[in-house]
Amino acid sequence: MTARAAWRRFAPHLALAPMLGVALVAYLGSTLWTLAVSFTPSRSFPVAGFAGLAAYERLFSNARWLLSLENLALYGLLFVAAALVLGVALALAVDRVARGASALRTIFLYPYAMSFIATGLVWQWLLNPGIGIQEAVRQWGVAGFVFDWIVDPDRVVYTLVLATAWQAAGLVMVIALAGLRNVDPEIRKAARLDGIPAWRTTVSIVLPMIGPALATALLLLLASTVKLYDAVVAMTQGGPGTASEVPAKFIMDHLFGRANIALASAGSIVLLLTVAALLAPVMIARAHGRSRLGGR
Amino acid sequence: MRARAASFLLAAILCLAPFATRASEGRPADAPRAEVIHWWTSGGEAAAVRTLADAYRAAGGIWVDSAIAGSEQARSVAFNRMVGGNPPTAAQFNASRQFHDMAEQGMLADVDEVAQREGWERVFPAPVLEAIRVGGHFYGAPVGIHTPTWIWYSKAAFRKAGIEREPRSFDELFAALDRLRAAGLIPLAHGGQSWQDNLVFSAVLANVGGRDLYLRVLRDREAAAIASPQFRKVLLDYKRLQSYVDAGSPGRNWNDATALVISGRAGIQIMGDWAKGEFTLAHQEAGREYGCMPGIAPDAPYLIQGDVFVFPRTRDPGVQRAQRLLASVVTSPRTQLEFALRKGSVPVRSDVEVSRLDPCAREGARLVREGSRQIPSVEMLLTPDQNGALSDALTTYWNGARPVEKVQRDIAAALAE
Repeated sequence: MTARAAWRRFAPHLALAPMLGVALVAYLGSTLWTLAVSFTPSRSFPVAGFAGLAAYERLFSNARWLLSLENLALYGLLFVAAALVLGVALALAVDRVARGASALRTIFLYPYAMSFIATGLVWQWLLNPGIGIQEAVRQWGVAGFVFDWIVDPDRVVYTLVLATAWQAAGLVMVIALAGLRNVDPEIRKAARLDGIPAWRTTVSIVLPMIGPALATALLLLLASTVKLYDAVVAMTQGGPGTASEVPAKFIMDHLFGRANIALASAGSIVLLLTVAALLAPVMIARAHGRSRLGGR
Repeated sequence: MRARAASFLLAAILCLAPFATRASEGRPADAPRAEVIHWWTSGGEAAAVRTLADAYRAAGGIWVDSAIAGSEQARSVAFNRMVGGNPPTAAQFNASRQFHDMAEQGMLADVDEVAQREGWERVFPAPVLEAIRVGGHFYGAPVGIHTPTWIWYSKAAFRKAGIEREPRSFDELFAALDRLRAAGLIPLAHGGQSWQDNLVFSAVLANVGGRDLYLRVLRDREAAAIASPQFRKVLLDYKRLQSYVDAGSPGRNWNDATALVISGRAGIQIMGDWAKGEFTLAHQEAGREYGCMPGIAPDAPYLIQGDVFVFPRTRDPGVQRAQRLLASVVTSPRTQLEFALRKGSVPVRSDVEVSRLDPCAREGARLVREGSRQIPSVEMLLTPDQNGALSDALTTYWNGARPVEKVQRDIAAALAE
């Protein structure tokens, strides 16, 4: 092997080395650091010392943390389903529109481009029973109209689903639309010639064909479920009471305001394990799909 | 193309601007230079912090302002810069246990020299001294006192409801709230955020429970006191107040609740004396459009909290000099008065002439001077972690249907952390 050929083989690895370094230090390193801190008795600052599983014990005897996990599960289920259904429906609709598709795409993607700290505030006003939708409908003449989910501890999580699904649906739409554009129009024509109804073609042929795109969308939705924070801060601040608390907010509160970084670190590790458990099946399925395609 | 050139020029000017101001101050190169992190960013607050900067300049120093919006954000920046080895000269904290961890870790410089020279122990109220003293040393220079549990009421709303005089007991308060409701008004303006739920609780504990119970529960964290029937009564009265808020209360900001009182749509709000700034902005005057009461009972304890500057430890003698000068300037009688006038707070020193303050602040200053009714605020007594756990328990109780016995156990567990 000549020196030049060796260099050719070596160069790409060299180019990727900084990226690898960043990934190792910033991601893996921080994760290990967090794991280490979670076993210490740290309060405001990281300190050495070993406290065993004390932080984890406190975490799982903390009513607010347990409620946060419950909320996240309920929220995640509804949010992912709503965003997927809404996004795919929008994509199918936009795909059939002959004119103005790109304008529609921009409009539907717009919520995703805006910070939730701003749009969350607007949602808060809309949902506030005193000044929002409820009051407006009452003034239109529907006297007994009630829409006060945001102040109802049993329903407040649904308002988070409503607002964040509105935001994420545009992203799902764009991804699904990209998939749909790769579906050969001849397939629909052929199916129509065979007398298969359009909805059946969509469900049984087109959707499975854009499966990889939908898996990508699912991955992104699951990730944004777990890191749900800004919507809660902007809309409910975790209230009424602790009814809409989520794990990320618990962690942030304890990291700074409550000066208990051991507990916050323990929470982060639990959250990371949850993410891993949620994402692993999706990743495996995707890798499986890819290797099957590659094998063909 | 021209737009791009213009924006380059603008960027260049913005980059140079800090140097320009520094050069134009015309100070000698060795003048004490203080970079101060604080979270006073609203209109009145910014005016107040300017008086500190002016006083520091007048004393021969250079003031470098690092305003960061949001108290938690500002504190975490100060924290992170200290840990990262690039500390500011001084950082604002609440007069509380927020900075005690840092003092114990040896990360703060003490200001014992200034404290002794200026006789802090003679002129500062005891709760403030307790808050700034860790292990026998002074670690903070107090700037102003705030009291979280003032009671504000709309005179117009009281007239409309036919309430003739200020309530002087909790029974009278509940009667007044009933009359306000009967008059079709929101009886209690409340922002349903956990810190405000916590604030109302400390007002009820001080007024209904009294000084003794307050200290036994929050300072001594005594299990028997938390389980006592007196404390149960406090919790029940607290929960009863919740029945007087309107449906839009959860999540509301404190100043939006104050706006309800200002407009006369609501009768009463329990809030810190920073609420006064909202009334002033709306051109209302204490005693004319609104009333302020430091407590319900005539001898109710007066809660003390406030802001201090802490000084990250350094070996640089120049920075140490700047820190000592700052500690001395912000605690001088003149600065304290000017600051309080703009901030709506009360001077920490008891030897300040307060006739220029508004009636509410004068009343507060009288109580600070008298001493017998002072009591430390919740955050002075509890660690941030304990206070947070207490908040969680209280806000769950306030917003839900949790039985009071369980809440007593929740609070005992929260304070045991």
